[in-house]
Amino acid sequence: MKITTKCWIGLAVLAALSPLGLILPERFKAGSAWGEWGAPDMQKLVGYIPQGLEKLSSLWSAPIPDYAFKGWEEKPLASLSLAYILSAVIGILLCVGVVLILGKLLSKE
Amino acid sequence: MHIPDGYLGPATCGVFYVAMLPIWTIASKVVKKTLKIRQVPMLAIGAAFSFIIMMFNVPIPGGTTGHAVGGVLVAILLGPWAACIAITVALVIQALLFGDGGITAIGANCFNMAFVLPFAGYYIYKAVSFKASIDSPRRIFAAGLAGYLGINLAAFFAGVEFGLQPLLHHAANGQSLYCPYGLKVAVPVMLGEHLLVFGWVEAVVTALVVKYLMKQSPEFFAERGESL
Repeated sequence: MKITTKCWIGLAVLAALSPLGLILPERFKAGSAWGEWGAPDMQKLVGYIPQGLEKLSSLWSAPIPDYAFKGWEEKPLASLSLAYILSAVIGILLCVGVVLILGKLLSKE
Repeated sequence: MHIPDGYLGPATCGVFYVAMLPIWTIASKVVKKTLKIRQVPMLAIGAAFSFIIMMFNVPIPGGTTGHAVGGVLVAILLGPWAACIAITVALVIQALLFGDGGITAIGANCFNMAFVLPFAGYYIYKAVSFKASIDSPRRIFAAGLAGYLGINLAAFFAGVEFGLQPLLHHAANGQSLYCPYGLKVAVPVMLGEHLLVFGWVEAVVTALVVKYLMKQSPEFFAERGESL
């Protein structure tokens, strides 16, 4: 088997296992990454929401925020895991697509 | 380590976009000069690998989470300039589509994770594996060390960027406008959590894949020129 084929299989396995990155932090009550809190968490942490942060934090509305579909925030972990896997697949395909286009533009014959 | 929108002021965001422009330009030139068509799929795999490995959030129980970047591995296999492009693609997709990392902070996040991390990692790997034979275990050690130090250096820069904000911007009442934590908090926290936990994840991922590829595909480790 070619090494690239093995790498593609590896990526598929990682995508299937990706919900571990959701379930383990939940299981161990790990909270957000440091410095990646939402504005309401900031209120709890320092007692106020920095004005600039409040303004800029809603600047961009991502189509699949935090690797979950919009309106799925209250769904059970199983649904969130499914959204996580789909996000992984979409992300991998986009990365591959963009690099293939860039590669076409950049590579020499 | 994905700095969201609103944590860095406009000056910091601007400086890092400006800093990244020449880096991205040189990266495309170097890759254009050295990338062969048959290597493009491997570069695509590198970008996808970096994207997916960053989804594996590792918990510090009761505290916080973090993750590996996979960027040192891409730099070891394809060179630091190609890695810069691959990680940038992953970070931009994460910011635009998934809101992971702010769009105003793409410059800063790319500086930390797509520039500092792969370049530091690549040269540490090169130095430690200097003149090692293709099947030498020293390569595995070099890869692990490069992963560990590369991600920690990136975390240090992220900590400095966070920590500078209270110095640069505050409202008339003394409240911070952006990240409220100064250097004395942000740098030790960012660096500490990566030194203790997440750095080891990057080290293990980098070392294990290098170990696997040394057996499966030793041509990756044949001496070649700068990058690719």
